[in-house]
Amino acid sequence: MKELIVILMSAVLVDNYVLNKFLGICPFLGVSKKSDQAVGMGVSVIFVMLVATAATWPIQTYLLNPNGLGYLQTIVFILVIAALVQFVEIFLKKFIPALHKSLGVYLPLITTNCAVLGVTINNITDEYNFIQSMVSSLGCGLGFLLAMWLFAGVRNRLEESDAPECFKGMPITLVAASIVSVAFMGFGGIIDKLFA
Amino acid sequence: MKKLGILLKGIIKENPVLVLLLGTCPALATTTGVISALAMGVAATAVLICSNIVISALRKAIPDKVRIPCYIVVIAGFVSVVQMLMQAYFPDLYDMLGVYLALIVVNCIILGRAEMFARKNGIIDSALDGIGMGLGFTLALVLMGSIREVIGAGTWAGIELTAIKPYAVSIMTAAPGGFLVFGCLIALVNKVLSGKKANKELSCAGCPNAALCNKENCETEAKEENK
Repeated sequence: MKELIVILMSAVLVDNYVLNKFLGICPFLGVSKKSDQAVGMGVSVIFVMLVATAATWPIQTYLLNPNGLGYLQTIVFILVIAALVQFVEIFLKKFIPALHKSLGVYLPLITTNCAVLGVTINNITDEYNFIQSMVSSLGCGLGFLLAMWLFAGVRNRLEESDAPECFKGMPITLVAASIVSVAFMGFGGIIDKLFA
Repeated sequence: MKKLGILLKGIIKENPVLVLLLGTCPALATTTGVISALAMGVAATAVLICSNIVISALRKAIPDKVRIPCYIVVIAGFVSVVQMLMQAYFPDLYDMLGVYLALIVVNCIILGRAEMFARKNGIIDSALDGIGMGLGFTLALVLMGSIREVIGAGTWAGIELTAIKPYAVSIMTAAPGGFLVFGCLIALVNKVLSGKKANKELSCAGCPNAALCNKENCETEAKEENK
């Protein structure tokens, strides 16, 4: 149990996918203008990460590895994720239209989100078992949501700021992201200290 | 002359990283040093050239409706080839790049060039476009890697610079430095290119997902921006 908490907390705070590992930067910069959009995107990413891990971990462990097909990982994973996202979208549209209405617009964008492919590959590389993989995916997703949500707040302020002409738009946003990232560096030692 | 233009436009005028703002993930993650930045640039360039050629050659055979999945399969195939070659001949670099090597599959530059250039142009033009864009990507990465390594570690490609070494600011090689250097470089490019306004925001036009993504959403977003 303690091990799972460590995996979860370090994925959310210390090894934050956006601010520390630079995965999923495109949606982080693109969809973080308004906090409700940012939260919608974050929730969709958590959902897809969990579904993708639940699908790719058994495929790697029971299908690819025993047959010596480990090298097909990249191709198989991206296809599984793309197909899965399409399937989830159709399923939601048909059976839970309310949820589809709020998450649907973000789903197609997630297919080529590097955070989702990254988390599935990282789970295999770190040799996590199934439960650990699911927990780590949940943690990464939560970390993504947290970063998106915090940054949407920062960005609100940034819109009104008086930046130099050439810094307006993306450059000043990146500089702000750098400062938020410094804040997250502060969590560095927390895991060892808390659970040692 | 036209061919030269296709080759050169990727390097400065339409630099994929600094002007089009594509492929930001590897640009931030692998530029902690010059060597890893160069390795990432070369690997992505190889995939980009090969996938551009194949997609251009197959452009009449791929049905329009399923083109994005087809492109992803072609790209994923070449990424696997590059991964295996690198693991066999450059195991150090393979370890250094880690997961980011596999993530070339979802690099917006490669899918974006397939969608925006290769499917409309001939094989030779597409190959030249791939070389130009790849060079632009590699140069931007090496530039960022140099700045971060020199300021952050006091070395360049592993060579120690004795004059700077004692004053190294190690945060530049950590995550925040990546965002900071990238932001400042884009600002510099904006300053130099001012007059010819580059698209400063991530817009639907530059996004390779635009075809996949709900069109209404893009349109409403565009409308909101115009207000």
